[in-house]
Amino acid sequence: MLDRVASVLRLIGKHVNQGIWRLGFASRFLLMTLLYSGTAFRRFGLTIRQIYFSGVQSLIIILVSGLFVGMVLGLQGFDTLERYGSEEALGVLVALSLVRELGPVVAGLLFASRAGSAITAEIGLMKATEQLTAMEMMAVNPIARVVAPRFWAGVTSMPILAAMFSAMGIFGGYLVGVVLIGVDEGSFWSQMQASVDFRQDILNGVIKSIVFGVAVSLIAVFEGYDADPTAEGVSGATTRTVVISSLAILGLDFILTAFMFRGF
Amino acid sequence: MSSEPLVKLTGLNFAYDRRPVLTGINLEVPRGKVVAIMGGSGCGKTTLLRLIGGQIKPQSGSVRVDGKMVPDLDADDLYRLRRRMGMLFQFGALFTDMSVFDNVAFQMREHTDLPEDLIHDLVLMKLNAVGLRGAHHLMPSELSGGMARRVALARAIALDPMLMLYDEPFAGLDPISLGVVGQLIRKLNDALGASSVVVTHDVQESLLIVDYIYFVSEGKVVAEGTPAEIRASRDPWVHQFVWAEADGPVPFHYAAAPYMQEMMDAGHA
Repeated sequence: MLDRVASVLRLIGKHVNQGIWRLGFASRFLLMTLLYSGTAFRRFGLTIRQIYFSGVQSLIIILVSGLFVGMVLGLQGFDTLERYGSEEALGVLVALSLVRELGPVVAGLLFASRAGSAITAEIGLMKATEQLTAMEMMAVNPIARVVAPRFWAGVTSMPILAAMFSAMGIFGGYLVGVVLIGVDEGSFWSQMQASVDFRQDILNGVIKSIVFGVAVSLIAVFEGYDADPTAEGVSGATTRTVVISSLAILGLDFILTAFMFRGF
Repeated sequence: MSSEPLVKLTGLNFAYDRRPVLTGINLEVPRGKVVAIMGGSGCGKTTLLRLIGGQIKPQSGSVRVDGKMVPDLDADDLYRLRRRMGMLFQFGALFTDMSVFDNVAFQMREHTDLPEDLIHDLVLMKLNAVGLRGAHHLMPSELSGGMARRVALARAIALDPMLMLYDEPFAGLDPISLGVVGQLIRKLNDALGASSVVVTHDVQESLLIVDYIYFVSEGKVVAEGTPAEIRASRDPWVHQFVWAEADGPVPFHYAAAPYMQEMMDAGHA
Protein backbone atom coordinates (compact mmCIF):
# COMPACT_ATOMS: atom_id res chain seq x y z
CA MET A 1 0.00 0.00 0.00
CA LEU A 2 2.73 2.39 1.07
CA ASP A 3 4.69 1.39 -2.01
CA ARG A 4 1.77 2.24 -4.25
CA VAL A 5 1.33 5.68 -2.65
CA ALA A 6 5.06 6.32 -3.01
CA SER A 7 5.02 5.36 -6.69
CA VAL A 8 2.00 7.60 -7.36
CA LEU A 9 3.77 10.48 -5.60
CA ARG A 10 6.92 9.78 -7.58
CA LEU A 11 4.92 9.81 -10.82
CA ILE A 12 3.27 13.13 -9.95
CA GLY A 13 6.64 14.58 -8.96
CA LYS A 14 8.16 13.41 -12.23
CA HIS A 15 5.41 15.03 -14.31
CA VAL A 16 5.56 18.29 -12.36
CA ASN A 17 9.34 18.32 -12.69
CA GLN A 18 9.13 17.68 -16.43
CA GLY A 19 6.50 20.41 -16.79
CA ILE A 20 8.73 22.95 -15.06
CA TRP A 21 11.71 21.90 -17.18
CA ARG A 22 9.71 22.35 -20.37
CA LEU A 23 8.42 25.72 -19.22
CA GLY A 24 12.03 26.75 -18.61
CA PHE A 25 13.06 25.48 -22.05
CA ALA A 26 10.13 27.29 -23.68
CA SER A 27 11.07 30.56 -21.94
CA ARG A 28 14.67 30.21 -23.05
CA PHE A 29 13.46 29.36 -26.54
CA LEU A 30 11.31 32.51 -26.60
CA LEU A 31 14.33 34.59 -25.58
CA MET A 32 16.44 33.00 -28.32
CA THR A 33 13.67 33.62 -30.85
CA LEU A 34 13.47 37.29 -29.86
CA LEU A 35 17.26 37.57 -29.89
CA TYR A 36 17.52 36.13 -33.41
CA SER A 37 14.50 37.97 -34.81
CA GLY A 38 16.66 40.39 -36.81
CA THR A 39 16.51 38.24 -39.95
CA ALA A 40 12.70 38.02 -39.77
CA PHE A 41 12.51 41.83 -40.05
CA ARG A 42 15.56 42.54 -42.20
CA ARG A 43 14.42 40.02 -44.79
CA PHE A 44 10.74 40.69 -44.36
CA GLY A 45 9.93 38.56 -47.41
CA LEU A 46 10.56 35.45 -45.26
CA THR A 47 7.95 36.61 -42.74
CA ILE A 48 5.49 37.70 -45.46
CA ARG A 49 5.69 34.21 -46.95
CA GLN A 50 4.79 32.72 -43.57
CA ILE A 51 1.98 35.26 -43.08
CA TYR A 52 0.59 33.90 -46.33
CA PHE A 53 0.78 30.29 -45.09
CA SER A 54 -0.54 30.82 -41.57
CA GLY A 55 -2.67 33.95 -41.99
CA VAL A 56 -4.04 34.14 -45.52
CA GLN A 57 -4.63 30.40 -45.77
CA SER A 58 -6.61 30.49 -42.50
CA LEU A 59 -8.97 33.13 -43.91
CA ILE A 60 -11.63 30.77 -45.23
CA ILE A 61 -12.12 28.91 -41.94
CA ILE A 62 -12.00 32.18 -39.96
CA LEU A 63 -14.50 34.03 -42.17
CA VAL A 64 -16.96 31.14 -42.47
CA SER A 65 -16.81 30.41 -38.73
CA GLY A 66 -17.21 34.11 -37.95
CA LEU A 67 -20.29 34.31 -40.14
CA PHE A 68 -21.95 31.32 -38.48
CA VAL A 69 -21.04 32.38 -34.95
CA GLY A 70 -22.53 35.83 -35.69
CA MET A 71 -25.69 34.29 -37.13
CA VAL A 72 -26.13 32.08 -34.07
CA LEU A 73 -25.52 35.08 -31.80
CA GLY A 74 -28.22 36.94 -33.76
CA LEU A 75 -30.72 34.13 -33.25
CA GLN A 76 -29.93 33.45 -29.59
CA GLY A 77 -29.57 37.14 -28.75
CA PHE A 78 -32.88 38.03 -30.32
CA ASP A 79 -34.62 35.19 -28.51
CA THR A 80 -33.36 36.46 -25.11
CA LEU A 81 -33.69 40.20 -25.74
CA GLU A 82 -37.23 39.79 -27.06
CA ARG A 83 -38.32 38.57 -23.61
CA TYR A 84 -37.37 41.97 -22.17
CA GLY A 85 -38.62 43.95 -25.15
CA SER A 86 -35.20 45.23 -26.06
CA GLU A 87 -34.59 43.66 -29.47
CA GLU A 88 -33.00 46.93 -30.69
CA ALA A 89 -30.04 46.17 -28.43
CA LEU A 90 -29.22 43.13 -30.60
CA GLY A 91 -26.45 45.03 -32.41
CA VAL A 92 -24.76 45.87 -29.09
CA LEU A 93 -24.99 42.30 -27.85
CA VAL A 94 -23.58 40.82 -31.04
CA ALA A 95 -20.79 43.39 -31.34
CA LEU A 96 -19.69 43.29 -27.70
CA SER A 97 -19.75 39.48 -27.55
CA LEU A 98 -17.58 39.36 -30.64
CA VAL A 99 -15.02 42.11 -30.11
CA ARG A 100 -14.52 41.42 -26.41
CA GLU A 101 -14.63 37.63 -26.31
CA LEU A 102 -15.62 35.45 -29.21
CA GLY A 103 -13.51 37.19 -31.85
CA PRO A 104 -10.14 36.76 -30.12
CA VAL A 105 -10.98 33.43 -28.42
CA VAL A 106 -12.64 31.51 -31.26
CA ALA A 107 -10.27 32.94 -33.87
CA GLY A 108 -7.41 31.94 -31.53
CA LEU A 109 -8.72 28.39 -31.19
CA LEU A 110 -9.22 28.08 -34.95
CA PHE A 111 -5.78 29.58 -35.59
CA ALA A 112 -4.20 27.06 -33.19
CA SER A 113 -5.82 24.10 -34.92
CA ARG A 114 -5.37 25.34 -38.49
CA ALA A 115 -2.03 27.20 -38.51
CA GLY A 116 -0.42 26.20 -35.18
CA SER A 117 -0.62 22.49 -35.92
CA ALA A 118 0.75 23.05 -39.45
CA ILE A 119 3.71 25.05 -38.12
CA THR A 120 4.53 22.35 -35.54
CA ALA A 121 4.26 19.56 -38.10
CA GLU A 122 6.42 21.43 -40.60
CA ILE A 123 9.22 22.28 -38.15
CA GLY A 124 9.01 18.80 -36.57
CA LEU A 125 9.35 17.13 -39.97
CA MET A 126 12.22 19.44 -40.89
CA LYS A 127 13.92 18.24 -37.72
CA ALA A 128 13.12 14.57 -38.38
CA THR A 129 14.54 14.77 -41.92
CA GLU A 130 17.70 16.54 -40.69
CA GLN A 131 16.85 19.76 -42.55
CA LEU A 132 17.45 21.83 -39.41
CA THR A 133 20.80 20.12 -38.77
CA ALA A 134 21.72 20.64 -42.43
CA MET A 135 20.95 24.33 -42.02
CA GLU A 136 23.15 24.53 -38.93
CA MET A 137 25.97 22.79 -40.78
CA MET A 138 25.59 25.43 -43.52
CA ALA A 139 26.22 28.05 -40.83
CA VAL A 140 22.62 29.28 -40.96
CA ASN A 141 20.86 29.54 -37.61
CA PRO A 142 17.53 27.66 -37.85
CA ILE A 143 16.00 29.78 -35.09
CA ALA A 144 16.67 32.92 -37.12
CA ARG A 145 15.82 31.42 -40.51
CA VAL A 146 12.94 29.01 -39.73
CA VAL A 147 11.52 29.76 -36.28
CA ALA A 148 11.51 33.57 -35.99
CA PRO A 149 9.69 34.28 -39.31
CA ARG A 150 6.98 31.76 -38.39
CA PHE A 151 6.67 33.16 -34.88
CA TRP A 152 6.29 36.77 -36.04
CA ALA A 153 3.95 35.74 -38.85
CA GLY A 154 1.66 34.16 -36.24
CA VAL A 155 1.86 37.18 -33.94
CA THR A 156 1.02 39.50 -36.87
CA SER A 157 -1.74 37.37 -38.36
CA MET A 158 -3.67 36.63 -35.18
CA PRO A 159 -5.08 40.14 -34.42
CA ILE A 160 -6.01 40.66 -38.07
CA LEU A 161 -7.77 37.30 -38.21
CA ALA A 162 -9.61 38.05 -34.93
CA ALA A 163 -10.72 41.44 -36.30
CA MET A 164 -11.97 39.81 -39.51
CA PHE A 165 -13.75 37.13 -37.47
CA SER A 166 -15.54 39.84 -35.45
CA ALA A 167 -16.43 41.87 -38.57
CA MET A 168 -17.82 38.79 -40.29
CA GLY A 169 -19.70 37.85 -37.10
CA ILE A 170 -21.32 41.28 -36.90
CA PHE A 171 -22.35 40.87 -40.52
CA GLY A 172 -23.83 37.45 -39.66
CA GLY A 173 -25.73 38.97 -36.73
CA TYR A 174 -27.02 41.69 -39.06
CA LEU A 175 -28.16 39.13 -41.64
CA VAL A 176 -30.16 37.14 -39.10
CA GLY A 177 -31.34 40.00 -36.87
CA VAL A 178 -32.16 42.69 -39.43
CA VAL A 179 -32.62 40.94 -42.75
CA LEU A 180 -34.31 37.73 -41.59
CA ILE A 181 -36.06 38.59 -38.31
CA GLY A 182 -36.72 42.26 -38.99
CA VAL A 183 -35.01 44.14 -36.12
CA ASP A 184 -34.90 47.85 -36.92
CA GLU A 185 -31.75 48.49 -38.93
CA GLY A 186 -31.20 52.01 -37.58
CA SER A 187 -31.34 50.85 -33.95
CA PHE A 188 -29.12 47.86 -34.70
CA TRP A 189 -26.25 50.01 -36.00
CA SER A 190 -26.74 53.20 -33.95
CA GLN A 191 -26.90 51.40 -30.59
CA MET A 192 -23.85 49.42 -31.54
CA GLN A 193 -22.01 52.61 -32.45
CA ALA A 194 -23.04 54.31 -29.22
CA SER A 195 -22.27 51.44 -26.86
CA VAL A 196 -19.06 49.91 -28.20
CA ASP A 197 -16.15 51.85 -26.73
CA PHE A 198 -12.94 51.97 -28.76
CA ARG A 199 -10.51 51.72 -25.83
CA GLN A 200 -12.52 49.58 -23.43
CA ASP A 201 -13.89 47.10 -25.94
CA ILE A 202 -12.07 47.11 -29.26
CA LEU A 203 -8.56 47.85 -27.99
CA ASN A 204 -8.86 45.29 -25.21
CA GLY A 205 -10.04 42.74 -27.78
CA VAL A 206 -7.02 43.54 -29.93
CA ILE A 207 -4.69 43.17 -26.93
CA LYS A 208 -6.24 39.79 -26.18
CA SER A 209 -5.72 38.61 -29.75
CA ILE A 210 -2.07 39.74 -29.70
CA VAL A 211 -1.48 37.84 -26.44
CA PHE A 212 -3.15 34.74 -27.93
CA GLY A 213 -1.07 35.19 -31.09
CA VAL A 214 2.15 35.20 -29.05
CA ALA A 215 1.03 32.18 -27.00
CA VAL A 216 -0.12 30.04 -29.94
CA SER A 217 2.87 30.93 -32.13
CA LEU A 218 5.36 30.24 -29.35
CA ILE A 219 3.75 26.91 -28.48
CA ALA A 220 3.62 25.91 -32.17
CA VAL A 221 7.26 26.71 -32.97
CA PHE A 222 8.54 25.33 -29.65
CA GLU A 223 6.67 22.05 -29.95
CA GLY A 224 7.94 21.61 -33.52
CA TYR A 225 11.53 22.41 -32.60
CA ASP A 226 11.41 20.22 -29.49
CA ALA A 227 9.62 17.28 -31.18
CA ASP A 228 11.24 13.85 -31.11
CA PRO A 229 12.58 13.34 -34.65
CA THR A 230 10.28 10.40 -35.39
CA ALA A 231 6.82 10.01 -36.96
CA GLU A 232 5.39 9.37 -33.50
CA GLY A 233 7.23 12.37 -32.05
CA VAL A 234 5.92 14.76 -34.70
CA SER A 235 2.33 13.54 -34.37
CA GLY A 236 2.54 13.88 -30.57
CA ALA A 237 3.95 17.39 -30.86
CA THR A 238 1.17 18.43 -33.27
CA THR A 239 -1.48 17.17 -30.87
CA ARG A 240 0.22 18.92 -27.94
CA THR A 241 0.24 22.21 -29.88
CA VAL A 242 -3.53 22.11 -30.34
CA VAL A 243 -4.28 20.98 -26.78
CA ILE A 244 -1.85 23.29 -24.96
CA SER A 245 -2.69 26.27 -27.20
CA SER A 246 -6.42 25.83 -26.63
CA LEU A 247 -6.00 25.57 -22.87
CA ALA A 248 -3.58 28.51 -22.86
CA ILE A 249 -6.06 30.67 -24.82
CA LEU A 250 -8.91 29.87 -22.45
CA GLY A 251 -6.78 30.34 -19.32
CA LEU A 252 -5.21 33.58 -20.55
CA ASP A 253 -8.64 34.81 -21.62
CA PHE A 254 -9.93 34.47 -18.08
CA ILE A 255 -6.94 36.30 -16.61
CA LEU A 256 -7.06 39.09 -19.21
CA THR A 257 -10.84 39.50 -18.86
CA ALA A 258 -10.49 39.73 -15.10
CA PHE A 259 -7.94 42.54 -15.43
CA MET A 260 -9.56 44.36 -18.34
CA PHE A 261 -13.22 44.36 -17.48
CA ARG A 262 -13.29 43.89 -13.73
CA GLY A 263 -10.22 45.98 -13.01
CA PHE A 264 -8.61 43.57 -10.53
CA MET B 1 49.69 24.72 -48.32
CA SER B 2 50.42 23.70 -44.74
CA SER B 3 51.56 20.11 -44.27
CA GLU B 4 49.55 19.86 -41.06
CA PRO B 5 46.53 17.56 -41.49
CA LEU B 6 43.26 19.40 -42.10
CA VAL B 7 41.47 17.36 -39.45
CA LYS B 8 43.19 15.91 -36.43
CA LEU B 9 41.46 14.09 -33.60
CA THR B 10 43.62 13.24 -30.60
CA GLY B 11 42.70 11.09 -27.59
CA LEU B 12 39.03 11.72 -28.22
CA ASN B 13 36.45 10.45 -25.72
CA PHE B 14 32.74 10.95 -26.08
CA ALA B 15 29.75 9.54 -24.16
CA TYR B 16 26.00 10.05 -24.44
CA ASP B 17 24.92 10.47 -20.82
CA ARG B 18 27.18 7.87 -19.23
CA ARG B 19 27.26 5.44 -22.16
CA PRO B 20 30.69 5.69 -23.80
CA VAL B 21 30.42 5.95 -27.60
CA LEU B 22 33.99 6.81 -28.59
CA THR B 23 37.10 6.08 -26.55
CA GLY B 24 40.65 7.20 -27.23
CA ILE B 25 40.16 7.99 -30.92
CA ASN B 26 43.23 9.24 -32.82
CA LEU B 27 42.55 10.08 -36.44
CA GLU B 28 43.96 12.36 -39.13
CA VAL B 29 42.67 13.62 -42.48
CA PRO B 30 45.59 14.91 -44.57
CA ARG B 31 44.89 17.83 -46.91
CA GLY B 32 43.62 16.83 -50.35
CA LYS B 33 42.84 13.25 -49.32
CA VAL B 34 39.65 11.23 -49.05
CA VAL B 35 39.51 9.30 -45.79
CA ALA B 36 36.87 6.70 -44.95
CA ILE B 37 35.64 5.84 -41.49
CA MET B 38 34.11 2.39 -41.55
CA GLY B 39 32.37 0.18 -39.09
CA GLY B 40 29.10 -1.53 -38.36
CA SER B 41 25.89 0.32 -37.62
CA GLY B 42 25.89 2.08 -34.25
CA CYS B 43 29.68 1.95 -33.76
CA GLY B 44 30.00 5.73 -33.39
CA LYS B 45 30.90 6.71 -36.99
CA THR B 46 28.25 9.41 -37.37
CA THR B 47 29.11 10.73 -33.89
CA LEU B 48 32.64 11.29 -35.20
CA LEU B 49 31.28 13.43 -38.05
CA ARG B 50 29.16 15.42 -35.62
CA LEU B 51 32.21 16.04 -33.46
CA ILE B 52 34.20 17.27 -36.46
CA GLY B 53 31.31 19.54 -37.46
CA GLY B 54 31.08 20.94 -33.92
CA GLN B 55 27.48 19.78 -33.39
CA ILE B 56 28.53 18.04 -30.18
CA LYS B 57 31.50 18.42 -27.85
CA PRO B 58 33.77 15.63 -26.63
CA GLN B 59 34.21 14.94 -22.91
CA SER B 60 37.97 14.95 -23.42
CA GLY B 61 40.54 15.01 -26.21
CA SER B 62 40.91 17.46 -29.06
CA VAL B 63 39.17 18.02 -32.40
CA ARG B 64 41.26 20.25 -34.59
CA VAL B 65 40.06 21.44 -38.02
CA ASP B 66 42.38 23.65 -40.06
CA GLY B 67 44.35 24.37 -36.88
CA LYS B 68 41.30 25.44 -34.87
CA MET B 69 40.08 23.61 -31.76
CA VAL B 70 36.44 23.02 -32.75
CA PRO B 71 34.97 22.43 -29.23
CA ASP B 72 36.45 25.73 -27.99
CA LEU B 73 35.03 27.91 -30.77
CA ASP B 74 32.22 30.33 -29.91
CA ALA B 75 29.06 30.32 -32.04
CA ASP B 76 30.31 32.98 -34.49
CA ASP B 77 33.67 31.31 -35.07
CA LEU B 78 32.03 27.90 -35.40
CA TYR B 79 29.67 29.26 -38.06
CA ARG B 80 32.64 30.90 -39.80
CA LEU B 81 34.39 27.53 -39.90
CA ARG B 82 31.26 25.72 -41.08
CA ARG B 83 31.00 28.03 -44.07
CA ARG B 84 34.15 26.30 -45.27
CA MET B 85 32.69 22.83 -44.69
CA GLY B 86 30.15 20.91 -46.73
CA MET B 87 28.14 18.03 -45.39
CA LEU B 88 26.18 15.39 -47.25
CA PHE B 89 23.49 13.87 -45.06
CA GLN B 90 22.42 10.26 -45.24
CA PHE B 91 19.11 11.00 -46.95
CA GLY B 92 20.09 14.32 -48.50
CA ALA B 93 18.18 16.54 -46.04
CA LEU B 94 17.07 18.76 -48.91
CA PHE B 95 14.75 21.61 -47.96
CA THR B 96 11.41 20.21 -49.05
CA ASP B 97 9.73 23.60 -49.51
CA MET B 98 12.33 24.74 -52.06
CA SER B 99 13.08 23.67 -55.62
CA VAL B 100 16.35 21.94 -56.53
CA PHE B 101 17.65 25.30 -57.80
CA ASP B 102 16.79 27.14 -54.57
CA ASN B 103 18.33 24.36 -52.47
CA VAL B 104 21.66 24.73 -54.24
CA ALA B 105 21.39 28.54 -54.18
CA PHE B 106 20.55 28.55 -50.45
CA GLN B 107 24.04 29.11 -49.04
CA MET B 108 24.99 31.57 -51.78
CA ARG B 109 21.97 33.71 -50.92
CA GLU B 110 22.52 33.38 -47.17
CA HIS B 111 26.25 34.03 -47.05
CA THR B 112 27.15 36.14 -50.07
CA ASP B 113 25.98 39.34 -51.77
CA LEU B 114 26.32 37.85 -55.23
CA PRO B 115 23.85 39.18 -57.81
CA GLU B 116 21.02 36.83 -58.70
CA ASP B 117 22.19 36.28 -62.32
CA LEU B 118 25.63 35.16 -61.09
CA ILE B 119 23.98 32.85 -58.53
CA HIS B 120 21.92 31.44 -61.41
CA ASP B 121 25.07 30.58 -63.38
CA LEU B 122 26.88 29.15 -60.34
CA VAL B 123 23.93 26.96 -59.38
CA LEU B 124 23.71 25.54 -62.89
CA MET B 125 27.47 24.85 -62.84
CA LYS B 126 27.17 22.98 -59.53
CA LEU B 127 24.18 21.02 -60.80
CA ASN B 128 26.01 20.27 -64.03
CA ALA B 129 28.88 18.82 -61.99
CA VAL B 130 26.49 16.25 -60.53
CA GLY B 131 24.69 15.72 -63.84
CA LEU B 132 21.38 17.26 -62.81
CA ARG B 133 21.34 20.66 -64.54
CA GLY B 134 18.15 19.58 -66.30
CA ALA B 135 16.41 18.92 -62.97
CA HIS B 136 16.87 22.42 -61.53
CA HIS B 137 13.17 23.21 -61.63
CA LEU B 138 12.02 20.03 -59.84
CA MET B 139 10.94 19.84 -56.22
CA PRO B 140 12.73 17.39 -53.87
CA SER B 141 9.60 15.20 -53.73
CA GLU B 142 9.96 14.60 -57.48
CA LEU B 143 13.49 13.19 -57.20
CA SER B 144 14.63 9.59 -56.78
CA GLY B 145 16.86 8.71 -53.81
CA GLY B 146 20.02 8.81 -55.93
CA MET B 147 19.07 12.13 -57.55
CA ALA B 148 18.29 13.67 -54.16
CA ARG B 149 21.71 12.59 -52.90
CA ARG B 150 23.37 14.23 -55.94
CA VAL B 151 21.41 17.47 -55.48
CA ALA B 152 22.44 17.46 -51.81
CA LEU B 153 26.02 17.02 -53.01
CA ALA B 154 25.69 20.01 -55.34
CA ARG B 155 24.30 22.00 -52.41
CA ALA B 156 27.14 20.90 -50.12
CA ILE B 157 29.80 22.10 -52.61
CA ALA B 158 27.98 25.38 -53.31
CA LEU B 159 30.60 27.52 -51.59
CA ASP B 160 33.62 25.40 -52.62
CA PRO B 161 34.34 23.97 -49.14
CA MET B 162 37.80 23.00 -47.90
CA LEU B 163 36.36 19.98 -46.06
CA MET B 164 33.57 17.66 -47.15
CA LEU B 165 31.82 15.40 -44.65
CA TYR B 166 29.79 12.50 -46.03
CA ASP B 167 27.38 10.62 -43.77
CA GLU B 168 26.61 7.22 -45.31
CA PRO B 169 26.58 8.54 -48.90
CA PHE B 170 25.92 5.08 -50.36
CA ALA B 171 23.07 3.95 -48.10
CA GLY B 172 20.00 2.76 -49.97
CA LEU B 173 21.31 3.44 -53.49
CA ASP B 174 21.01 1.17 -56.51
CA PRO B 175 24.36 -0.11 -57.93
CA ILE B 176 24.50 2.50 -60.71
CA SER B 177 23.72 5.47 -58.43
CA LEU B 178 26.17 4.04 -55.93
CA GLY B 179 28.99 4.03 -58.49
CA VAL B 180 28.03 7.53 -59.69
CA VAL B 181 28.04 8.99 -56.17
CA GLY B 182 31.34 7.25 -55.39
CA GLN B 183 33.03 8.70 -58.46
CA LEU B 184 31.56 12.15 -57.71
CA ILE B 185 33.03 12.11 -54.21
CA ARG B 186 36.49 11.44 -55.60
CA LYS B 187 36.27 13.83 -58.57
CA LEU B 188 34.78 16.71 -56.60
CA ASN B 189 37.40 16.31 -53.88
CA ASP B 190 40.20 16.54 -56.44
CA ALA B 191 38.58 19.32 -58.48
CA LEU B 192 37.88 21.48 -55.41
CA GLY B 193 41.25 20.77 -53.82
CA ALA B 194 39.27 19.80 -50.75
CA SER B 195 39.66 17.02 -48.19
CA SER B 196 36.88 14.55 -47.47
CA VAL B 197 35.72 12.31 -44.65
CA VAL B 198 33.39 9.52 -45.76
CA VAL B 199 31.51 7.66 -43.06
CA THR B 200 30.24 4.43 -44.53
CA HIS B 201 29.82 0.71 -44.16
CA ASP B 202 30.01 0.11 -47.89
CA VAL B 203 33.45 -1.49 -48.08
CA GLN B 204 33.82 -2.41 -51.73
CA GLU B 205 32.75 0.98 -53.11
CA SER B 206 34.89 2.87 -50.59
CA LEU B 207 38.02 0.85 -51.30
CA LEU B 208 37.82 2.09 -54.90
CA ILE B 209 37.76 5.79 -54.16
CA VAL B 210 39.45 6.58 -50.83
CA ASP B 211 43.09 7.16 -49.90
CA TYR B 212 43.00 5.90 -46.32
CA ILE B 213 40.62 3.94 -44.13
CA TYR B 214 39.96 3.82 -40.40
CA PHE B 215 37.91 0.95 -39.01
CA VAL B 216 35.90 1.76 -35.91
CA SER B 217 34.35 -0.86 -33.67
CA GLU B 218 32.68 -0.29 -30.32
CA GLY B 219 33.99 3.26 -30.22
CA LYS B 220 37.64 2.46 -30.91
CA VAL B 221 39.83 2.54 -34.00
CA VAL B 222 40.59 -1.16 -34.49
CA ALA B 223 42.47 -0.98 -37.79
CA GLU B 224 43.69 1.52 -40.34
CA GLY B 225 45.53 1.61 -43.63
CA THR B 226 45.45 2.31 -47.35
CA PRO B 227 42.96 0.32 -49.48
CA ALA B 228 45.78 -2.04 -50.57
CA GLU B 229 46.82 -2.65 -46.95
CA ILE B 230 43.23 -3.24 -45.92
CA ARG B 231 42.63 -5.76 -48.70
CA ALA B 232 45.78 -7.63 -47.70
CA SER B 233 45.10 -7.44 -43.97
CA ARG B 234 45.09 -10.66 -41.98
CA ASP B 235 43.45 -8.99 -38.99
CA PRO B 236 40.38 -11.18 -38.30
CA TRP B 237 38.14 -8.15 -37.63
CA VAL B 238 39.12 -6.42 -40.91
CA HIS B 239 38.88 -9.68 -42.81
CA GLN B 240 35.34 -10.32 -41.55
CA PHE B 241 34.23 -6.81 -42.40
CA VAL B 242 35.85 -6.51 -45.84
CA TRP B 243 34.70 -9.92 -47.02
CA ALA B 244 31.28 -9.61 -45.33
CA GLU B 245 31.57 -12.86 -43.38
CA ALA B 246 28.84 -13.80 -40.92
CA ASP B 247 31.31 -15.56 -38.60
CA GLY B 248 34.18 -13.79 -36.93
CA PRO B 249 35.13 -11.54 -34.03
CA VAL B 250 32.16 -9.21 -34.59
CA PRO B 251 29.36 -10.68 -32.44
CA PHE B 252 25.97 -11.43 -34.00
CA HIS B 253 24.16 -11.13 -30.66
CA TYR B 254 23.62 -7.99 -28.68
CA ALA B 255 25.04 -8.38 -25.16
CA ALA B 256 22.57 -10.48 -23.13
CA ALA B 257 22.28 -12.80 -20.14
CA PRO B 258 22.99 -16.50 -20.87
CA TYR B 259 20.24 -18.00 -23.03
CA MET B 260 19.44 -20.88 -20.67
CA GLN B 261 19.27 -18.64 -17.62
CA GLU B 262 16.88 -16.23 -19.37
CA MET B 263 14.59 -19.05 -20.53
CA MET B 264 14.49 -20.60 -17.08
CA ASP B 265 13.75 -17.21 -15.47
CA ALA B 266 10.90 -16.63 -17.94
CA GLY B 267 9.50 -20.05 -17.14
CA HIS B 268 9.30 -19.26 -13.45
CA ALA B 269 7.84 -15.77 -13.90
